[in-house]
Amino acid sequence: MSPLLLADLTVFTLALLVGFEVISKVPATLHTPLMSGANAIHGVVLVGVMLLAATTTDVSGYILLAVAAFFAAMNVTGGYVVTDRMLAMFRSRR
Amino acid sequence: MNTAIHLVYLACAVSFVIGLHLMNAPATARRGNQISAAGMAVAIFTTVVVLVRDHTVTTGAVIALVLGAAAGGLAGLIAARRVQMTAMPQLVSLFNAVGGGAAALIALGDRVVSNQAAVTGVLDVAIGGVTFTGSLVAAGKLAGRIPGRPITVPFGRPISAALTLVAAALGVWFVAGDANSWLLGGVTVAALAVGVLLTLPIGGADMPVVISLLNAFTGTAVAMAGFVLDSTPLIIAGGLVGAAGAILTKLMADAMNRPIIAIMAGGYGTGDAVAVTGG
Repeated sequence: MSPLLLADLTVFTLALLVGFEVISKVPATLHTPLMSGANAIHGVVLVGVMLLAATTTDVSGYILLAVAAFFAAMNVTGGYVVTDRMLAMFRSRR
Repeated sequence: MNTAIHLVYLACAVSFVIGLHLMNAPATARRGNQISAAGMAVAIFTTVVVLVRDHTVTTGAVIALVLGAAAGGLAGLIAARRVQMTAMPQLVSLFNAVGGGAAALIALGDRVVSNQAAVTGVLDVAIGGVTFTGSLVAAGKLAGRIPGRPITVPFGRPISAALTLVAAALGVWFVAGDANSWLLGGVTVAALAVGVLLTLPIGGADMPVVISLLNAFTGTAVAMAGFVLDSTPLIIAGGLVGAAGAILTKLMADAMNRPIIAIMAGGYGTGDAVAVTGG
């Protein structure tokens, strides 16, 4: 394994451990918003799609890139907005 | 400059962790989501800076990226603003599907998949493919487009098992042999089929737990895409969501008094899914 891959693997393992610990006793009413919030966070895939653009140079690649950008942008904007709406409703009801 | 960019990405990763942590309690949940959103905005802006600085992006790629992202962002925004409270779970599932799809497309589109990234590239398309179709079926069931009752496909389980073996074989061939993109395409097709076959037999009442599980899958797929691109923010955020999503899935299953294994086995629950939303 290259040093680069080892470094990535270290970061990934530690991120997993943080992820296991960051969620503790969540009240059941927050389950759906929390799922939605986590869903928005993996919208970071948009950053990956942007990095992919740097190596794309042919037409089939452009089409794939546009579809991926559409998907990722939908994930990130929609994810955050719908989570915020859920939580706004949650608060006003209390 | 490179150091600065790494530090900004690190700050974004910290904001995701803090945001997710604040979402554990009702009083701080909304602020948590906003902190996480702010981190995301900074991460995306920083990536724009990186692309502009490096000058390696062709005009065609810029057009494809901007058009795709603008259309997708607008579609997501409109859908999220217009959706009824009762229809939110299926919308989250739809957003989860496209996230997984984007992660899979990254591995498919990456022309410089080296031997080092081959393993993670295969895992990316496999997990991303399963979660793409799986989440679409889950969303369809909750929306009533697909009957919510458990649908048993004849020989569904053996077929999924066989497809998984085929995908694994193609994946090993891709990693060990030549990096032929047709092999990666084969893995993708098999994964897409497995996603459908896994979700169809599960009843609508169990769908929220399944969506949470697929959400954790997408997180993992995004982390794999991070390995392919050697991008730390993707690895951290993806790993975070993968693990937190897994814990959340367990909590949701416990709250419903349903073991996860029993849920995945399927065949239980009615089509009335609206009654089970947690929020």
